[in-house]
Parts: sequence; structure tokens; C-alpha cells
Amino acid sequence: MAQIRAHGGRLVNRIAEGKERESLLEKVGSLPRIQLNEREVSDLEMIAIGAMSPLEGFMTREDYISVLDLKRFAKGLPWTIPVVLAVKEGDGDAYREGEKIALVGTGGEVLGVLDLEEKYRVDKLQEAEKILLTSDESHPGVQYLQSITDTYLGGPITLLQRPKHKRFENFRLDPIETRVLFKAKGWETVVAFQTRNPIHRAHEYLQKCALEIVDGLLVHPLVGATRSEDIPAEVRMDCYQALFENYYPSTRTALSIFPAAMRYAGPREAVFHALVRKNYGCSHFIVGRDHAGVGSFYGTYDAHYIFRDFDRYEIDITPMFFDHAFFCKKCGNMASSKTCPHGSEDHVFLSGTKVREMLGRGERPPVEFTRPEVAEILMNHYQNRDKEQNA
Amino acid sequence: MKENRVTIKIPRPLYRRVSQVVQGSGFSSPTDFIVFVLRDLLGEKGVFEEPEEFSPEELRSIRRKLKNLGYLD
Repeated sequence: MAQIRAHGGRLVNRIAEGKERESLLEKVGSLPRIQLNEREVSDLEMIAIGAMSPLEGFMTREDYISVLDLKRFAKGLPWTIPVVLAVKEGDGDAYREGEKIALVGTGGEVLGVLDLEEKYRVDKLQEAEKILLTSDESHPGVQYLQSITDTYLGGPITLLQRPKHKRFENFRLDPIETRVLFKAKGWETVVAFQTRNPIHRAHEYLQKCALEIVDGLLVHPLVGATRSEDIPAEVRMDCYQALFENYYPSTRTALSIFPAAMRYAGPREAVFHALVRKNYGCSHFIVGRDHAGVGSFYGTYDAHYIFRDFDRYEIDITPMFFDHAFFCKKCGNMASSKTCPHGSEDHVFLSGTKVREMLGRGERPPVEFTRPEVAEILMNHYQNRDKEQNA
Repeated sequence: MKENRVTIKIPRPLYRRVSQVVQGSGFSSPTDFIVFVLRDLLGEKGVFEEPEEFSPEELRSIRRKLKNLGYLD
């Protein structure tokens, strides 16, 4: 069986090499510049390495409107999240269509070049309502939109140098590398698990249920920009590694980071996460409850229902929908409402708030809820954080 | 990106038969049914087999990196 094809059929590579790179580097000093924010730097790199195939640059208006209204590119291929570049002040008078623009990273370094095809104004309120399904200012995605201008620059990009990453270098694999890895391991079918939280027993259960069906599991935690309230990526990575060392078979599992920024766009982001994992070579994708949600902005299963809007062949990657999992004392194992006949009084379920309170007090959550190695790492994190806050 | 749909002509009597088959079948249109059947058929024959994406040099370099990172033995 052939490995799954990239979305749109071809893995995009927009990284300049050789003479093309030298030529662009010579020109770049005289070009108008635009400073990218953290999300835009992440998007630039994701486009260049093919993670967002078939995107070759920041979206032009036609695709942007089509994604908002139809959840598809203008030519029909499914895509649910705008990937856009906003000018930083006013209407971007310095930028003219048809010209090149130097793309500057957060540290002032030139990372790439944009061939500006189109400069266009947008209605950010409409974007918020269509993509995030809310314009409530407490939503982090709405707050992000409020922080940028309403003039976007669209066109293909070329990456001249990778952004400098200080974290997780050993876990950073591009789509072409995960594809080679899967081939080398002999995995024809691979399920990806997206996460921005520590993995508790319920998530471990979902992953292992999925792994019973496919050849390999890719745990692919998001380590791009997230909310400050989220557990830091360093702490989460320690938790994932502890699980991999103690509970995951190395012949069937791989841990690599997903360097995207979190949009908190719920159902639309679930589809986006699936399509992007297809580019990494995954054939299956776990969609949990309230995937990519925040607060109570989305219904529990909205991220499952949205996949009905697409033909399974055009999405191509197979979504695996999971219900809420828990440990059942009567069953004596992990289960879900699909498989367990007992009442909630027999289920070990702890809310995120309760777990955080326990960890802050130095109390270890029950082993039915979290592995002791993970609990240890999280307890240390919360206690150190509380000490710093009280100092 | 290329257009992802093209028009194909089929004999009208065949189209009528397909339309009858589609009714109540769960397929939303004759087009959906035809696409499903073609993909099934071509998939079985391996027509969608992807050409090798990597040159031998790329493959060696990527495998070396994966080994250095501990992903491969």
C-alpha cells in the first residue's frame, strides 16, 4: 500500500536552496520589510516545509473568502482555517502588489520573502464569527484578531532560513522526515494524536485503542503559541517522554512536535489539524471531545460533526471519533460510555480544575486517572510555580 | 493548484441506470457514485500508488538525521 498522499497531491517545499537562495539573499536588503508575529513565523515555516500543503504562501482574498464561506479553497479542496499575513500598521502603504517583501522574524532576522500578489481588506468581525463561531472578546482567537490590522498580504513565500528554535530540537521532524520514518518503520497506517495538554490515562486509552487498528501512533503535541494558562510545553514534553519510556512500545510509537500556533477554533481547527497531519504522512487522526476548543464556545461533539461537511475522499485522512473515556471501578479498566454499563459513581473522573488544585497542594491524583510518573512531573511544576508566585 | 474537477461524458442510458442505483443508496448524486466506483477500482489496481518522493541522497540524509535523533536504530 502506498503512503498517504499530501493534501492536494503534492508535498510543498518552499525552502530556497543553492543559487535561488543566494540570489534572494542579495536582493533582500533592498526590499520593503514586514515584521512577523509569533503565529506568522510559525505559519511561514509550516508552509515552507509542506505541513500546510497545498498552501504555497499566505492566502489571497479569493481563497480567504472561500475558506470563510465554504470551508474550502477557491478551487474546491477542503481547508478550514485562514492562513494570513496582516500588515502591522495602517493599510500597508509601503507594500505594492507585484513586488517582493522581506519577511522578518521576531528577532529582526530576515526569514524569507513574500511575492505580494494581493493586498486586501477584510472584515475581522466576520472572520471571527465564521471561523471561531463567536465574536466574544474573551475568546483567545478573537483577542488575536483584535491585535492585528484588517489589511492582509497574500502571495507565495520562499523561506531563506529556518527560524531559530531554542526548544525541542530533538523532537522536530518535518513532514518529509516523518514520512521517511514511517516507511523505515514499515508503518503503512499511522494515527496522529494532537494534544496541548499532559496525557492522562483517558488519552492514553484513546491512543492505544486507535493503535490496535493501525500500524503506528504519532503523538504530535502542539508546541507553538498557546494561552498563558496552558501548561508550558517543556513540562508537557517531560510528561510525554515519561509515558513513552514507561508505557508505550517503541516499535509502534513516535513522539515529535507540531510547531503550529493554536487558534482555538474548535471544529474548524479539528479539520485543519487532520489535513495537516495527512501532510506528515498520517492516515488516521484522533478527534476527541471538544477538540481545539476553549471554554464553552463549542459543543462537545461539534468537532466530530463538522467532518460530515466533506466527502471522505476529499478529506482522505480517516478521522477516528472518540467519546469521553474514564476508569470504571466496576469494570476494573478504562472504558467509555460506549463500552461501560455502570453509573458515574463508579467512574474515576476528575475535572481539570480539581486536578490542578490537587497538584498545587502536592497531592498525587489517583493512578486510575494519571500515571505516577506524569503526576510527579506535574506536581513539581505546580509547586514550583506556586513558590515563584508567592516569592 | 490544478482544477480538481473535470467533466466526463458517459452514455445517457448508463447515466439513467446510475441515477436509479443512486436513489436511496446513500450517495448524494450520480457523480458521487461514479467517483466512488472509479476510486475503488483504481485503488485496487494500485493506480494511485505514489511515485517515490525522495531522491536516494535525500533519503540517506533524512535517515541519518532520524538515526542521530534516536528515531531509527
